[in-house]
Amino acid sequence: MTASLLSFYIFSTVILLSSLMVITSKNPVHSVLFLILTFFNGAGLFIILHAEFLAMILIIVYVGAVAVLFLFVVMMLDFKISLDKNNILQYLPIGFFVGVVFISELIIVLINTKFDLSNIQILVNPMIKFENLTNTEAIGSILYTDYILYFQLSGVILLVAMIGSIVLTLRTREGVKRQSIQSQLDRKYKSTITMVDPKSNEGVDI
Amino acid sequence: MNFILDEYLPLAIFIIVALVISCLFILANFLVARRNPDPEKSDAFESGFPQFGDSRMKFDIRFYLVTLLFIIFDLEVTFLFPWAITFGNLGLLGFFSMMFFLGVLTIGFIYEWKKGALEWQ
Amino acid sequence: MIALISENLFHLFFIVGLCLLIFVPLLLGVVIVLFADRKIWAAVQKRKGPNVVGPFGLFQIPADGLKFLFKEIIIPDGADKTIYFVAPILTSTLAIAAWAVIPIQENIVLSDINVGVLYIFAMSSLGIYGILMAGWASNSKYPFLGALRSAAQMVSYEVSIGFVIVTVLMCVGSLNLSEIVYAQKNIWFFIPLFPMFVVFFISALAETNRPPFDLPEAESELVAGYQTEYSAMPFLLFFLGEYINILLMCAMMTIMFFGGWYPPIDVAPFNLIPGFIWFLVKMMVIFYMISMVKAFVPRYRYDQLMRLGWKVFLPLSLLAVVVTSSVLFFFNLAPVFS
Repeated sequence: MTASLLSFYIFSTVILLSSLMVITSKNPVHSVLFLILTFFNGAGLFIILHAEFLAMILIIVYVGAVAVLFLFVVMMLDFKISLDKNNILQYLPIGFFVGVVFISELIIVLINTKFDLSNIQILVNPMIKFENLTNTEAIGSILYTDYILYFQLSGVILLVAMIGSIVLTLRTREGVKRQSIQSQLDRKYKSTITMVDPKSNEGVDI
Repeated sequence: MNFILDEYLPLAIFIIVALVISCLFILANFLVARRNPDPEKSDAFESGFPQFGDSRMKFDIRFYLVTLLFIIFDLEVTFLFPWAITFGNLGLLGFFSMMFFLGVLTIGFIYEWKKGALEWQ
Repeated sequence: MIALISENLFHLFFIVGLCLLIFVPLLLGVVIVLFADRKIWAAVQKRKGPNVVGPFGLFQIPADGLKFLFKEIIIPDGADKTIYFVAPILTSTLAIAAWAVIPIQENIVLSDINVGVLYIFAMSSLGIYGILMAGWASNSKYPFLGALRSAAQMVSYEVSIGFVIVTVLMCVGSLNLSEIVYAQKNIWFFIPLFPMFVVFFISALAETNRPPFDLPEAESELVAGYQTEYSAMPFLLFFLGEYINILLMCAMMTIMFFGGWYPPIDVAPFNLIPGFIWFLVKMMVIFYMISMVKAFVPRYRYDQLMRLGWKVFLPLSLLAVVVTSSVLFFFNLAPVFS
């Protein structure tokens, strides 16, 4: 038993247990935190596969950004109501339906994939072409040129996400006083201060 | 092929050591310090007033918008990392491919600026 | 499995020893930095600062730390007990963990991974969890508001930090931290990339909740932000995490902009001094700047903070990525690997 095999068993056991906790724990905040633990161990699995770049990206993007959003959403919810009722039965049919659809899709993909055993070396070790490069360099040397269409499509998807999030969440509040730095800087003392010479008993016209 | 893992083993051990030391700090505190809780002491701090209302309150959706925008820009940065270390090898296509990608996202950035999504009210 | 562990037991103990070799100086560094911080702050305000415990008040910080050990741990009513304690542990663990990849001298680094920069970027972006968990688990209003503010603030400045890192990487052509230092043998990056250094410096202040961006714990509005309900050791762990993160940012700036362990000029009296001393000196100089900022810049208002992050630093650093890459690309200066 090698060290990498041992760490594979540790990581995958923790993944299975913590993903079980994600769907069974009653407190949604705990669920999100267990989800983060799952991502972490997923990153560990990537490292065992020598995919260190993907491991770090998994942590930066999923744990550092997406799960923060989940945590925000969960903290926003007034979940005391949902805590009281144990309404597993209500969601069981639809959950079961989604699960069945997902598993059957996976099976269809698996059946239709033809494993070409003639170049098994590439399946086992897909980095064979880039043996002396780190895997960040390997990704960089094909992503932007060979896969340019997918790369640009992802850019467009990000644009759509950006616009969508603004359309969905932006509410402009009325009656808010904003700081306008330009107008503050533009203020000249001539336009704000006038010297008057008031005479006694007459007051000043403003 | 194992040399990557050789670098990661000390890293994993270091994280575990850091975790253990942090836990020991709190454990030592539990062992050494006296504990004498009373309801006044463990009440949530609200400047000396008794707690009113619920502390799990609803908050501004703007925080949510900021996080959403952050995810998008974080992904943009993520796409930049492999490009930054390889763009010398990629030639004109690779260079302008990234410039176009950044251009598309700049359109989004200008849109959110004009919409006032970046204003904090 | 037992055979595997027993065979490598010596190796394991060796690595644990190395880890402690990083941890103890790090703790010592925090003590020194904390002391320096208080002394500098006091000197700016014409005070003496800590001067009672020990010579020049040197033992004030260890004494303060030891005091935390004997304080009572108060768990607020209605707090989520597990998360309440996980939050400070997570904060300090992540802050310490990032130090595993910092090369303090040529070849002196615990784990020289290929993606060192990404690892540090990841660890510092996870710091947000300690804060959010603390704010949520305390079940109290001030911590909750402090945590929300802090999260939005850290998230806003992380984007510009990411872009700045990308500009540096474009001049290096590797994600390895030692490679970044090797690339600065001839010229330190803060000279060609000076605007980026300024952006990184200010973003680092915001990322570590240092003044003038210490809004999460703006004591006049939010008491102590997310730490309000914490006492004794859990509080100390937050404090420790904060200062280790500041030191980490100093180390990052040293590596990315000030040539790591290289002496300023490569001539006789300078290049005889070992590299790690140069590294520490550079870190201290940067910390001095951070400390001075604390002493004389007033706190930002929250809308100003967000404006600076999203409307100034983000477009500026994005522009810098485009300009730097164009210059490197069209003048054939971009690093090329074979």
